[in-house]
Order: sequence, then C-alpha cells, then structure tokens
Amino acid sequence: MPDIMNFDPNDKTPTIVDRLIRAPGVIIGVAVLLGVVLAVVLVAVWMLWGDAVRALLGSQLGLSIVIIAVTIGLMFSVIATSILFERKIAAFIQDRKGPNRGGFWGVIQPMADGLKFLLKEEFTPARADRPLFILAPCIAFIAAFIGFAIIPWAGEIHWPWMAEGETVTTQVASLDMGILYIIAVGGFGVYGVVLAGWASNNKYSFFGGMRAAAQMISYEVPMGLVLVVVLLAAGTLRPELIVNQQAETGIWNVFLHPLAFVLLTICAFAEANRTPFDLVEAEQELVGGFHTEYSSMKFAMFFLGEYAHIITGSALIVALFLGGWHVWFLPNVDDTVWWAALIKFAVYWVKIILFIVFYIVIRWTLPRFRFDQLMKLAWKGLIPMGLGLVVATGVLVALGWQRNVPANLIANAIVLGISLWYASRSPSPVTGRQDNLPEIEVRPSATT
Amino acid sequence: MRDEDIKVLEAPKLTAAERLFMPQIIDGMRCTLWHMFNTKIRNNMVTQYPERKRELRVETYRGVHRLNKDADGRVACVACFMCSTACPAHCIHIEAGESPWPDREKYPVKFDIDELRCIYCGMCEEACPVDAIELTPHFELVGRSRQEMIFDKEKLLSVYEETKELKPRKNPAVTDYGLTGGQSKEVARPTAEP
Ligand code: SF4
Ligand code: SF4
Repeated sequence: MPDIMNFDPNDKTPTIVDRLIRAPGVIIGVAVLLGVVLAVVLVAVWMLWGDAVRALLGSQLGLSIVIIAVTIGLMFSVIATSILFERKIAAFIQDRKGPNRGGFWGVIQPMADGLKFLLKEEFTPARADRPLFILAPCIAFIAAFIGFAIIPWAGEIHWPWMAEGETVTTQVASLDMGILYIIAVGGFGVYGVVLAGWASNNKYSFFGGMRAAAQMISYEVPMGLVLVVVLLAAGTLRPELIVNQQAETGIWNVFLHPLAFVLLTICAFAEANRTPFDLVEAEQELVGGFHTEYSSMKFAMFFLGEYAHIITGSALIVALFLGGWHVWFLPNVDDTVWWAALIKFAVYWVKIILFIVFYIVIRWTLPRFRFDQLMKLAWKGLIPMGLGLVVATGVLVALGWQRNVPANLIANAIVLGISLWYASRSPSPVTGRQDNLPEIEVRPSATT
Repeated sequence: MRDEDIKVLEAPKLTAAERLFMPQIIDGMRCTLWHMFNTKIRNNMVTQYPERKRELRVETYRGVHRLNKDADGRVACVACFMCSTACPAHCIHIEAGESPWPDREKYPVKFDIDELRCIYCGMCEEACPVDAIELTPHFELVGRSRQEMIFDKEKLLSVYEETKELKPRKNPAVTDYGLTGGQSKEVARPTAEP
C-alpha cells in the first residue's frame, strides 16, 4: 500500500493495484467470471423453480417484466460503453488517444466517471426553486427511458412448453397507438430541460431552457410529418407491424423513403440535443446552458438521460426505417422459436449501436448551428420537404404503389428536385463565409 | 476617408447544394473518419506523459521560477522591485534590506512567489535588469497546501541549483562593479565611457 502522505509524484514504479487494473487479462477474466456466475445463477433458478419461471416467461405480463429488467440493464451498460466510445472516438478524430489509464484501453473509465459523480458535492444554488430543481433531472431521465416500452425487440416467441399456436410478444407494451406514444413521450423530455433552466435561477440556464423549448417546438413538426409518411405507407401505428412488413418483403423502409429517413435522423439529433443542435448547452455562449447549476448525481442524470435519448431515438429509427431485427439471411417473421428471438434481439442492438457510433462521429464532425440557422433549417427546409413527402406518399398510397421501390424513389427525387430548384431561386442566406471575395485594391492612404 | 475608399462587399452566395448541407456534411465526415482510422498520426502526435516526456525548448519554456546566484554563490537579485511591478498577477512579494556586500546597495531579505497565482507569463524575467529571476523548463509542480506553493527565497535558490546544468544563467551579471571577483568586468564597469 503506497504511503499517501509521502507520495512521490516522480516515482513511476507501478503499484500492485496499477498492474491489476491495467492488465487486459484481469478485466476480461472478471467479465468472464461475472458471466459464468450469472449463467450459474440462471441455471440454478431454472432447476429449482422451473415451473414458476416457465409460467413467468409464458405469460405476457411476466415476459414484459423480464424484458423491462433486461432492457434497463442493457441500457445502462450500453450508456456506459457509449460514453467511453464517445470519448475515445472524439479523441481519435482529434488525433488523440482518449482515456487509456483506467484499465487497458480505458475500459473501466465509465465506472470511474460514475464514482466521481457519486462522490461530488451536491450543490443547490440559493433561491433556486428547490422542488422543480430536483424534479427536472428526474423528468429528463425518466422521459428518455419510457420510450422503450413500445420498441419491438424480437418479434414473437413461442416457448416449447406453450400450447400450439400460442405466442407472447417481446414488446413491453403492444399498443395500438405505439408511434403516437413515442411522439408524446419524446415531447415530454424537453420539459425536464425547460424546468431545469427555469428552476436554476440563473440567466444562462434560463436561456438554455428557452432555446430548448423553441427548438423542440420547431423540430416536433417535421418529425411528426416524417412519421406520417411512414405510417401512411405502412397503414398502421403499431411498430411491430411496421417491422414485420419490412421483414416479410425484405425491403427496409429506408429504400422506400430515403429522404424521410434523412429528415427523421436530423430531427432525432435535434430532439436529443446533440451537436449540431446542442444550442441548449452551448458551452461557449451559455456556460453550460440548462445544466450550469447542476452538479454531482443530478448532472449525471441529465447526462444519462441524453444518452438514453440517443438510444431511444436510434431504436425508433431502426424500427421504422432499418428493418428492426431483420437481416436478410437470418430467421424471419415466421420463426418464433426462442433462439430466433435471441438472435433478433442481438441484431436489433447491433443496429442500435452502429447508429450510436454514427451519432458520435457526427457530433465530432459538425460545428453547432447558429440559432437563426437552426430555425431556418426546420421551418424553411425540413417542414416544406416533409409536407411534400406526405403529399407524394399520399398519391402513391392512393395508387396502391406504397411498397414499390422505383415509384417511391422517383417520388423522393421529385420532392428533392423541387426543393433544390426552389432553394436555388430563393435569396441566398447570409453567411460568414469569406472565401472568393473580390480582390481588394490597396491604395496608399489618402492624406491629402 | 473618401467615398471611393469604401468598398461594399456582398456575402458570397451559397449554391443550392450547399444550402442542403449534405455535401458539406459528407465531406466533413470523410475528413474526420480519415483521422479516426489514422493510427500513424495519432501515435506520432501523442506523448504518453508520465512514462515519456516531451522535449521542451529549454531556452524559452516558462515553468517554475528560480533565483539565480552569481559566481560567488550570492543571490543575484538587487531588490529593485522591477519584477513585482511588472507582474500582472501581483504574485511576487519582496522585502529589501541593505546589502552586506559592497558591490550593490540592496538585496532581498525576503522573496516570495505565489506559484499558484502566477500565470507564467515571463514578464518578471523580461523586467529584471540583472537577469536574476528566470523561468525554468521545470513544470511538475506539486504541493499539499497553498502555503507550500508559495516559494520563498531558499526554495527559489534551490531551484537554481537543480536546473543550472539544464539551463545555465542567461547573461553574465552586471551587478558587479569590479569590486569583487565577479564575472565580466568589461560589461559591468560603471566608469566605462558611453
Ligand atoms: S511569470 Fe508573470 S505572473 Fe508569474 S511571477 Fe513572473 S511576472 Fe508574475
Ligand atoms: S527585477 Fe530582478 S533584481 Fe529586481 S527585484 Fe526582481 S529579481 Fe530582483
């Protein structure tokens, strides 16, 4: 044990703790050990209370509870991993190495971060609105999580011990108005941010909150329009049926509505307050925006909420546009055996994680929009395009061509072409760009 | 300023494709992804600090201060207060006393620098007429209390002992009026013709 009081900063001999933490073998070993323990516990439970477990998994309510538990566990681990990936990818893009001291390749860095948040001082500014100040991070956190209820993770399962033809679905809640629920809950998330800005009693926080409100109002509109495009073509609000349609035909919606996919991705970025739409926090202008006054675990809840929001957004986009759990060479809709469901679940998460990586790369590529640009993009760009897409899709549905790829692509191209043509005619927006300026003639100063 | 000297510039127009942002975004992604997968640049760029250290430019690096000694081992400072006047952070505290040596009038009885308050701008080094105070390339400053980070005269002189091999004193002393066995009497002779 090193003597902390007489610690010599120049002493570089690694302690035993250093060696244990930095060795890849130890970490992989611990992970494998935990996995084995988990497997043993599961098998033991299966052996001891097999009937009860079978009854639990066989009933819709029981399976929903199991899925909630599994999903929340997965969520937290994916959030932790994506925070590490965020820092690593940011570092790689900027030619740095990123966290590499906590464990080999920095793998226990998220845990260290979490510990740090737990141990930090919890600070509430004087004259803050205390109840709202505490409520705000809770709302942001919960709103980001409950969107998960309608994600169709893996289609239907028919357990071997169930009666013939009976299935349970792997959705927490199989709602008739599934997509509407996502819109409602997604709009709820901004409530936390606005409340945080309001309750902090700080002008910068307040500005952040106001920006969040304005941004959310603007981007809910194109998001709703784009969802209408998908729902119109699919003819249903149930996410599992939308995924099944894509799986049955093998044509993901992204091939049918590429423009809508792009628009929805942009809106999802804006809803999650990620760069290039993170005006809400805008460090350079607003200190930290809505979370300026937050510290310790309260801040961590905003942080986790942001990542949970990203995952929910990705899950929604994957379900609507990227075929959910479907991959062309893997088990299809008709396979309801339990291992097919497991594969589908894994495929779904792989797609989500790839999308998260895309989110992260975008964040470190694009600069932040100016506020007027943000508004212009929504009101003059996304909304007219979304309206055009709704009209085009409506026409296609009337003609019965909603799953006809060439017809859809042509419709998309027409909408894009009209937007481009109009954009080229409308007055050019003012930019700060300073290249290809006319040459300035330098004259001797006029002293006469 | 005449009217024809004023040049009105129009902001350049964005093309339709640029207004869609997409080509620019893809171009940006190309650049960032290139950097992301380029391990060679990364490995050359990064110095893994505690194990390896960067090569500093010893002459110009601005780290911890030191107080130089002259050839006789006395503190070179003449307590002229130039440095504490120049210091933008007001972190140099000097108390002058009458010099026990015949070649100068004053010397610092007390010389404290608050290393936590210092912004390492190097103004003190610029201001010193006898090059007594200098910034060293030593940058690993640790302490367990604020009090410990206020370096006194002894500490600053000991920094000189530690770093004099790495970075010799810049200029010869000009304090020596030729009375003691100092260096460079040519420069220092007060009676030298202008
Ligand atoms: S380096 Fe600058 S701030 Fe520090 S003591 Fe010298 S003059 Fe003052
Ligand atoms: S400027 Fe130089 S000689 Fe004058 S007090 Fe400071 S260190 Fe001493």
